[in-house]
Amino acid sequence: MTEAPLLRARGLTKRYHRRRASPGTRAVDALVGVDLTLARGATIALVGQSGSGKSTLARCLARLEQPTSGAIDFDGADVSALGGTRLRAFRRQVQLVLQDAAAALSPRLRAAEIVGEPLEILAQGTRAERRRRALELMETVGLPPTLADRRPLELSGGQRQRLSLARALAVQPRLLILDEAFTGLDASIQAQMAALLQDLRRQRNLTYLLVSHDLALMSVLADEVAIMFEGRIVERQEATRLFMAPEHAHTRALVAAVPPLPPAPEAVEGGPAAR
Amino acid sequence: MPRLLEVRDLAVHYESGAGAPVAAARGVTLDVEAGEAVGLLGESGCGKTTLLLALLGLLPPSARVVAGEVRFRGRDLLAMGPSEMRRLRGAEIAIVFQDPALALNPVRRVGAQVAEVARAHRDQGARRCREDAVAMLAEVGFAEPARIAQAYPHELSGGQRQRVVIAQALVCRPALLLADEPTASLDSTAQAELRALLGVLQRRLGLAILMASHDLGALSALSRRLLVMYAGAIVEEGTPAQVLGDPLHPYTRGLSRAYPRPVTIPGARASPLAPIPGAPPDLSRPAPGCAFEPRCAQRQAVCIERVPAAVQPAEGRHVRCVLYD
Repeated sequence: MTEAPLLRARGLTKRYHRRRASPGTRAVDALVGVDLTLARGATIALVGQSGSGKSTLARCLARLEQPTSGAIDFDGADVSALGGTRLRAFRRQVQLVLQDAAAALSPRLRAAEIVGEPLEILAQGTRAERRRRALELMETVGLPPTLADRRPLELSGGQRQRLSLARALAVQPRLLILDEAFTGLDASIQAQMAALLQDLRRQRNLTYLLVSHDLALMSVLADEVAIMFEGRIVERQEATRLFMAPEHAHTRALVAAVPPLPPAPEAVEGGPAAR
Repeated sequence: MPRLLEVRDLAVHYESGAGAPVAAARGVTLDVEAGEAVGLLGESGCGKTTLLLALLGLLPPSARVVAGEVRFRGRDLLAMGPSEMRRLRGAEIAIVFQDPALALNPVRRVGAQVAEVARAHRDQGARRCREDAVAMLAEVGFAEPARIAQAYPHELSGGQRQRVVIAQALVCRPALLLADEPTASLDSTAQAELRALLGVLQRRLGLAILMASHDLGALSALSRRLLVMYAGAIVEEGTPAQVLGDPLHPYTRGLSRAYPRPVTIPGARASPLAPIPGAPPDLSRPAPGCAFEPRCAQRQAVCIERVPAAVQPAEGRHVRCVLYD
């Protein structure tokens, strides 16, 4: 028998009502009956154009937004109606990392304070212990201790994204939702992030939901890719099959929009030893 | 006949308060022939934008050209006065940027914004300029150009706004279009449309394009030649297939391997993205040697001693690396 999935969403809908709606404008259905299952330890990508509903889905799964209807099971228990202490306990297990780390991180705090803040909110440890833990987490994501007292705007985009990740890891989540966390990063930095996520997944038994508009990138990072279009998941495919056998018309359009590249050149090693 | 654009040993410095100046462009040499599309590939901070701005005299006050030459149809652009440069910009060389929303006035109809470019450069009446604007909107792929001309920017999608900006840039039929990450703010399907449009315009108008981007796909689809920039210098040049599939410079090799390549062979596994270790250097403290040396898998003792000269190991290819000296 296979293990129960970490997360299962069934029939999620989200309807936004426009404030000050002018006559004739209707409510917007951002999600229309979405089913999504995340197996433990899997990396699943949610790919769609802007406005497809992928970020709304991510926020509903993290219970940062209340879905209009539908159910979410996490670790076998229904979490869609949790409140108070139990909702807070759930949110520790599901952490969201956003695209623009510069906007998501307080510009006034220093790097180690940002990473340690969730522990402070949970009243864990003394100040010195929290700082030590923050430095450990920074090291885990490849940020040297020399950056501990920098403010977010004194870091590069890649470093800020690592800092967001370290902060998300502070509460030892089981599911990480990365919403466009690769967007705006250079390719060499994206590749560094991808390698880091791979290591963390093994070390910490994490499950990932990657939300992105970048189909090519997601097809090499994820095990499976779910395509969103107009509030629905229109196709879910193994990542390695996606570009060969896209089924839905929208998937085909997204695949066709990816320009082909020449095959990757071989790696060449040997050099540093010559010094 | 002189080349369309010739850049020789261009160097640009940014002043940074009391600190050492930042060398954002160093010894940049490149040519663009009439009607040719050239891609400029590089990551954030490598100097792509600085280079494009320097060509048109649009650098911010903190920056200045400290060395080099820029010639357009034989004319020295660096020696041009402000009014002469204003006449050239838009009429002979145009530039488009990443974010079309920032390039358009939100409270004016887009047709008027295209027409005003024609008005600034052409000795013709307002009505004729409006007609030119509508014709240009048709040229960039709008099926109902007269209706689009009446729209405000917020009524258009990102891809439509970028096409309006391109119409603005091309309405006076410049010979050279500089494009700085023109696809970066768009959805993937709009990116594909814009790439195709730029290719069509290049052929139909005989337009030369110098496009800076970190979008490998866009550059390889559009350009005949690709220049790779790292830490303010051009380190490699060749066709897209050569540069991306058979790179010479270790940085280009690393960069090409860092891009995702979807699996298109049955049964194959996705190859993991190969990161380049480390980060680009601090350009306010340029090292005496090769700027890529600290991150290079093939570095040698000599690399920290001198900046390698550009060599031509094969026809049409250039590289700056001691491996080819």
